[in-house]
Amino acid sequence: MSETGRLIRNVLLKALLLFLAVSGLFALVHPMAALGRLSIYNELVPGRERLPYGEHPQSDYNLSLFNLDAMLASHEIAAPPAPGEFRVALIGDSSTWGYLLPPDQTMAALINRSGAEPLRVYNLGYPTLSVTKDLLMMQSALRYQPDLIVWLVTLESLPQEKQLDSPIVQNNADAVRGLIARYGLRSNAADPRLITPTFWDQTIPGQRRDLADLVRLQLYGFLWAATGVDQSFPAHYDPPQKDLDPDVSFHGRMPPTLSPDSLALDVLNAGREMAGNVPVWIVNEPIYVSTGRSSDIRYNFFYPRWAYDQYRQILDAWCRDHGVPYLDAWDAVPAEDFSNSAIHRTPQGEALLAGWLEAAILKDGNVR
Amino acid sequence: MTFVNILGFAMISLLAGVWPRARGGLTLLASLLALYWMQPALSIRYLDFWLPTASIGISACVWVITFRRKENSNSAEQPPKEFFHRIDLRGNFGTVLILLGMILAVALLRYLNLAAYLTPSTPPELGPVIAGLLILSILVAGLSAVSKRRWTAPLAILVILGIFAVLKTDALAQAAASILRRTAGQSTALASAMDIRWLGFSYLAFRQLHVLRDRMTGRLPECTLREFMTYSVFFPAIASGPIDRIERFLPDLRSQTSLSAESLWNGGERIIAGIFKKFVIADTLAIVALSAASAAQIHSALWMWFVLYAYAFRIYFDFSGSIDIALGLGRWMGFALPENFNRPYLQSNLTAFWNSWHMTLAQWFRSYFFNPLTRALRSPRKAPVWIVILVGQLATMVLIGLWHGVTWNFALWGLWHGVGLFVHNRWSEWSRGRVAELESRPVLKKAYTALATFATFQFVVLGWVWFALPSLDSSGRVFLRLFGFSG
Repeated sequence: MSETGRLIRNVLLKALLLFLAVSGLFALVHPMAALGRLSIYNELVPGRERLPYGEHPQSDYNLSLFNLDAMLASHEIAAPPAPGEFRVALIGDSSTWGYLLPPDQTMAALINRSGAEPLRVYNLGYPTLSVTKDLLMMQSALRYQPDLIVWLVTLESLPQEKQLDSPIVQNNADAVRGLIARYGLRSNAADPRLITPTFWDQTIPGQRRDLADLVRLQLYGFLWAATGVDQSFPAHYDPPQKDLDPDVSFHGRMPPTLSPDSLALDVLNAGREMAGNVPVWIVNEPIYVSTGRSSDIRYNFFYPRWAYDQYRQILDAWCRDHGVPYLDAWDAVPAEDFSNSAIHRTPQGEALLAGWLEAAILKDGNVR
Repeated sequence: MTFVNILGFAMISLLAGVWPRARGGLTLLASLLALYWMQPALSIRYLDFWLPTASIGISACVWVITFRRKENSNSAEQPPKEFFHRIDLRGNFGTVLILLGMILAVALLRYLNLAAYLTPSTPPELGPVIAGLLILSILVAGLSAVSKRRWTAPLAILVILGIFAVLKTDALAQAAASILRRTAGQSTALASAMDIRWLGFSYLAFRQLHVLRDRMTGRLPECTLREFMTYSVFFPAIASGPIDRIERFLPDLRSQTSLSAESLWNGGERIIAGIFKKFVIADTLAIVALSAASAAQIHSALWMWFVLYAYAFRIYFDFSGSIDIALGLGRWMGFALPENFNRPYLQSNLTAFWNSWHMTLAQWFRSYFFNPLTRALRSPRKAPVWIVILVGQLATMVLIGLWHGVTWNFALWGLWHGVGLFVHNRWSEWSRGRVAELESRPVLKKAYTALATFATFQFVVLGWVWFALPSLDSSGRVFLRLFGFSG
């Protein structure tokens, strides 16, 4: 073999060995969380007003990823608080996140714009319906020392069997198992929906997509800063379903009784315990109330009347029993102010709820 | 070219490099198969099989017109005898069989459930394929019969330019898509210009036009069908160039040298550099580069400059990365393909930029459009030099713009550069003496060069505003925003 040939062989062999060694070390050290905290947001570009979530990254300038540290690091809550700021963290689903709303028309943005200083509201809502997902978010949010947590829930996020359906829950299996163990949650820690990465999955090749997502999140930060866009909107969407099927069931449950045991109230309790001295308010978020066909049987596509009515009673009783402040906003937004589903609101609906919530916080939130 | 394509091509290139006796056959076969492998999937049924087949058919037709031996050179219609070559169809029968057999073999993959590995969708049934090959054979035979006529090469040029015009003009492409959809029994309501994305047609066309034109002027070397087909659809260069010349390509193809360690190293270096440029730098910049959407959404001048610079570097790294990969693969196979880029953004004037950006395209247009045009402008009435330069440069650059697509924006991009080249030409005439004086003052000379380089780069970057955006409206808005106006 010629000298050049030997050189090529040696270079290739050394490169391979080095790559294997670094990749193995990567799998042993688990650096993804630490890497997620490295962020250009709040440094080179402004923090995002809501958590990263994007169905069409190229037009949203935003993407969905599962690295909670990276998600929070890209959020404006990760910036140092202003002196004397009263930090309110809004936790909830896509309606809190502001699906089909520009970032400056979400509930959090509207309250902040109203000038009620030192009140500063942070939108930590995240699409998908599961209070276990909300609990994960709350755990991350507590690092940023909120003064008040407002947890917006709806019945659809409470069925026990739905708790592990959210992709972000499934892809944060270790964290979820930690919550299950610490707070004695009823979800099964060995549930196959929780994705347990193999050793290979934790190597550099195995984590290549997650690593690429981290880089893309930073790059989209430039376009977020340049445009203020974090969600693209479809040219057309259908309004919430008005004419409904005369179906009385709710996730297989039949009238007349909705058992409290079938709801993940244990997760709400875990949230209360996790927050410690930080007050947690539970808000039953507004729903679309249909007046169309079968509206005597169902409120909307999600909820049969019997189940939803009982849920409100159960939630009210649970909050009273546990000393948790409870606000029931179920009918605070008129039907015409819902956008494309029974829980997503139009800008007008969002403004109504924002005004309502702001007044409640200023009245009872002990805002200094 | 995807990463998987590159890996596959790298293996074939290495094999061809270390096995010189099989290199010709391997290169041809790989090039033919690559046409199907790289062709994007299309919504018109079977079109993604027929377009690569048409690329082969066009090349065969051009070869027949261009290289087939003249049997009777006494006709008054004939160009001088020495312009023709001692090659006939019978001597290339083996290659004809390979071509037909390969197309049939690709079609047969349909019946083996293997099509997904090679073609973007299932090939048509054997009946239509055989019918298509029969039509192609009749066409080739017909052209063979008339190839001695003077009008065949000009006619072929017109046909290729016609296809080019259809593909590059949205309205025409949509009309063609509509016809093809109707023929395939599909809804014409969904017809779109994007329905006809023909892998590598641009570069294929440049090569065909080059040989057809050189045939007319009698400058072609001898060439077998196999050699011409390999040149025409050479797989490293079919998707993004460079545009090689046949007289430079043939000696490499005929050479029997095997892969040396030096070529292996140099080629590998180019391939790795190309992959890094294309898939790491360019793809990263693509996320933040100027687009039609961001052009409408950005309101600050600073951010507009940011995304415009990102676009400028993205287009350079993407294109030059592809060329690096092509050159590296070529090097492994023993082909010294021509360079296409030479640090274009570091040139100190626009003429130097065009001598270092997409060099083979610029050379092609210089040879086949600019030089003939300026000769024609000068010859009858001795037009003033500045008029000849102005008309020549504007026409050439607008044509290069329209090559990217027949739109006002591409035309204006060409015009932008045409005017820039003319202004530079006049400026360099005017300032020649003054710049020469700077030779004795090195600091001033350096400052002048730095300023000129910056100004040239800015001019090119601003030109990308026309190129990157789909409409005059959005380009106009971006120009206003770049300079602090609300627009």
